[in-house]
Amino acid sequence: MLIEFGKVFVFLLIAIVFVIVALIAAKFIRPARPTHEKMLTYECGENPIGTPWVKFNIRFYVVALIFLIFDVEVVLLIPWALVYKGFGLGGFLVGAIFLFMLGLGMAYEWRKGDLEWVKPKVILPTLKNVQVDIKEDAAA
Amino acid sequence: MNILQIIIFTIVKILIVVTIILLAVTYLVYFERKISAWAQNRIGPNRVGWHGALQSFADVLKLLLKEDIVPDAANKPIHTLAPIIALFVSFTTYAVIPFGPNINVFGFSVPLVVADVNIGILYVLALTSLGVYAITLAGWSSGSKYSLLGGIRSSAQMISYEISMGFSIGGVLLLSQSLRPVEIVQAQSGWMWNAILQPVGFITFLVSAFAETNRLPFDLPEAEPELVGGYHTEYSSMKFAGFFLAEYANMFIASALIVTLYLGGWQFPYLDHFGLSNGWFAVISVITFAIKVAALLFFFIWVRWSIPRFRYDQLMNLGWKVMFPLSLLNIIWVAVLIMVFKL
Repeated sequence: MLIEFGKVFVFLLIAIVFVIVALIAAKFIRPARPTHEKMLTYECGENPIGTPWVKFNIRFYVVALIFLIFDVEVVLLIPWALVYKGFGLGGFLVGAIFLFMLGLGMAYEWRKGDLEWVKPKVILPTLKNVQVDIKEDAAA
Repeated sequence: MNILQIIIFTIVKILIVVTIILLAVTYLVYFERKISAWAQNRIGPNRVGWHGALQSFADVLKLLLKEDIVPDAANKPIHTLAPIIALFVSFTTYAVIPFGPNINVFGFSVPLVVADVNIGILYVLALTSLGVYAITLAGWSSGSKYSLLGGIRSSAQMISYEISMGFSIGGVLLLSQSLRPVEIVQAQSGWMWNAILQPVGFITFLVSAFAETNRLPFDLPEAEPELVGGYHTEYSSMKFAGFFLAEYANMFIASALIVTLYLGGWQFPYLDHFGLSNGWFAVISVITFAIKVAALLFFFIWVRWSIPRFRYDQLMNLGWKVMFPLSLLNIIWVAVLIMVFKL
């Protein structure tokens, strides 16, 4: 098996050499006549305004966090899938419990509104039968 | 086989595979333009070579001779690194995908796969995840608002669909009980294709593959009408060609992966009952693999020219609220299938 990994390594080496050669080869034959205008950031022909590293939506960050959680679940699921046939009903129940918990987490994210892309609806906390009276716009 | 023979066979195989990928990618670009022309009732490229057959080579040559412009605002080392990662990832994934059965060459039994690794699928998953870095770094390092927005959108899109991709692969692993692509292909003999046994998993994987390769209807990262060129707005010359080639190479890899995981790989149903000699068996198997991959590539192009682009919230909703639960259900479906029918 070590030999097979060696083959992968050779493939990786050849790929990286090929890519770098392809990028460097062009360096010797192409022109290089930089001017101030050429080196400006493209902004539809206008002079660029402000910093290019603009603030972006916080939801991208939330998505990355959710991804992290569920990707770990994928990693946990793969060993179970690989030995599933050897364990019969017990294996099925273990997997079912795991997937149920996963589904529960998913349902929680969904209910909390973390999967909504457009402005999530705020779910106000309730105390038994008493609805906490907060105005919609104040919470948002 | 001694170590020297293994090295020689490996290097020959790698060179053949890399050449085939490069040729396939070049002609994929040509066929995409021809098919799009046909879909839109145009003629398409027809000047360079016979019916424009050399058009892609002319394009690469042109890009080779273009000036490489890196804007002053860009972070130069990372700006250069990004296309290298993109191309590297798209080529190396192919190392573990089998494209035929064992063949006899000069008395040696040679498997038609570059490396028969026992964690092949993990290798593929790991490398395709690296592809996100190429796009994110390209978007961040260009020092342009369009690039940044394109890069961030793209990374969010790719990680969202990676989840359902991973869970769909879980269903395949349940049936094959192995991470070796060769064994996954062998587990799908006859008509026991995974696409037939778990159609839902097949669909979720296919849709995720479209999203991972940034193809229409999921090409939000480079949505031309709103983001100019997305993450490669500030790229020119060979670096742009790198991203361009990587996109098409990714399409090729995605098709080969779908064929391996869901459509029976190189197997022609019941071919081993026909009593063919080893040589003919290998030839027909390789041709079967090529036809399956070509059909999927045509499907990729066909979808691109038929379906309009999603809106970003629709894309995220589809990924998290449809594809993800479906891929979970698919795993349960396969597990029940194994329990009931003792597959």
